[in-house]
Amino acid sequence: MLNFFQLILIYAGIYALMAIGQNCITGYTGMLSLCHAGFLCIGSYVTAIMCKTFGLSFWLSLPVAAIATGLIGLLIGIPTLRLKGDYLCIATLGLGEIIRNIATNLNPVGYNSIPRASLFGYQFASRNKFAFILLIWFFVLVFYILFQQLAHSRLGRAMIAVREDEVAAQSNGINVTKYKISSFVLGAAVGGIAGCFQTAYTLTVQPASFTFMVSVMVLCTVVLGGMGNAKAVILGAFIIQFISYFPQLTGLTNVIPAQAKQIIYGLLLVVMMLCRPQGILGRDRYRYGDPRTRKEKIHDFFSRPKKSAKGGNV
Amino acid sequence: MAQILNIDNISVSYGSIRALSDVSMNVNEGDIVSLIGANGAGKSTLLNAIVGLVPLKGGSITFAGEKICQAKHHMHSLSTDLIARRGIALVPEGRHVFADMTVEENLDMGAFTVRDQALIEKRKQEMYDFFPILGARRKQKTRSLSGGEQQMMAIARALMSAPRLLLLDEPGLGLAPLIVQDIFSKIKIINEENKVTVFLVEQNARLALKSSSYGYVLENGKIVLQDEGMALLDNDMVKKAYLGA
Repeated sequence: MLNFFQLILIYAGIYALMAIGQNCITGYTGMLSLCHAGFLCIGSYVTAIMCKTFGLSFWLSLPVAAIATGLIGLLIGIPTLRLKGDYLCIATLGLGEIIRNIATNLNPVGYNSIPRASLFGYQFASRNKFAFILLIWFFVLVFYILFQQLAHSRLGRAMIAVREDEVAAQSNGINVTKYKISSFVLGAAVGGIAGCFQTAYTLTVQPASFTFMVSVMVLCTVVLGGMGNAKAVILGAFIIQFISYFPQLTGLTNVIPAQAKQIIYGLLLVVMMLCRPQGILGRDRYRYGDPRTRKEKIHDFFSRPKKSAKGGNV
Repeated sequence: MAQILNIDNISVSYGSIRALSDVSMNVNEGDIVSLIGANGAGKSTLLNAIVGLVPLKGGSITFAGEKICQAKHHMHSLSTDLIARRGIALVPEGRHVFADMTVEENLDMGAFTVRDQALIEKRKQEMYDFFPILGARRKQKTRSLSGGEQQMMAIARALMSAPRLLLLDEPGLGLAPLIVQDIFSKIKIINEENKVTVFLVEQNARLALKSSSYGYVLENGKIVLQDEGMALLDNDMVKKAYLGA
């Protein structure tokens, strides 16, 4: 039981990292992207190849994975980010599949028995889950703070302006393409880092694990928690992982089929869209103090928004 | 008076449909120039062409001595954000406010190209003094503002970058007549006191021409008439077609 809770914490951490990246792309800049599985894949492979083939340290692979994933994000971003809405979604979906297929064709079995990560002589073994929880959540905290800062910076404000209205953003002197690509690259890089940790934990990399479902789960995480709110997507990661491990947690694996979670995600998304389209926590405030009192906030939280999320972003 | 904007024989097409054909016009520094025309005449297309939102099929546009848009040499045409940085601020049709941001944040976005925080604060204060209603609503989400307030906010946002040329696309669209008059009187003040050249596109021909020193009439993508504002008001053709007299 405790074991499963620890497992949920570890995977919630990995998904929280990915969701922070997806949130940067979808939540701040408003681009519907479905290729975080691809970014996760690249991050995992970079770590696997660097640690196993070249025998380098895990810590060295972290920045390399981030840069490599960011570069792929840049390469893909330049031609595809001129697309809008659904078209961008399809293009990124294709990208995720391309990355997975390339990985499968290069090496169908992937990599096994990758050397463990170590810190000051301490080895992070997979059975010692507590150390992993600390490691991953430390990085979740770091990236949470970084992206929170980003959201309130000039760069973040420009991204939010692009999401809200491209024409207005352009006529205020914002280079839309530049900020879309920066957001895509940053989001991709965090996805790559999540891949590093997944590899460090499982010590294996298999191309079959980077399916389209992973991207959908990450998107679900962001939509569930609340787009454009870094705190909310971390909460979303917990909920999604809890649902994912629910059968194992309750010992009902014989009763509940593994596919049930996909149905639950779908249902959850539909229910969210109907009842609370802005996500559980809703959007983050931008920059200025919230004039509402605590009581008003609680009231606003429970009352349905007068205007439902107007199409557009997801 | 010095020419600030020169539009030289421009043409714009959407696919096989000609939206503008061989349009030429001049805007002198310090003037209010208006462009009137019916729905679908190409008024908004012309403004969008000036700020580089639609590519030119022919001709060129010069702003303050620099070619900002030209046909065929798209590499030499500036992108919209760079044109905005040169000092042309567009208040787009339908306002295009950042609806989920507060009034204050919208104004901040208007000053995106300004790096001096103290200057931004000063200009914001000026805007709140000039449009008192915005000052009262500064912490409110723009979504909750009325149409007229949103239009004022869109104008204020455009002014935050201290532009040399302000382009207004139908500032009176969908607003009550009294509010439209209020907005036009503000535009006059902006022009006179802040020395901002104004080029506006409007369906309300009477009000637009009354406030303008020069006017153009656009029909089916062609300039059919041009004269001083008051003279156009007296023009029989304009009277018949646009003033309902």
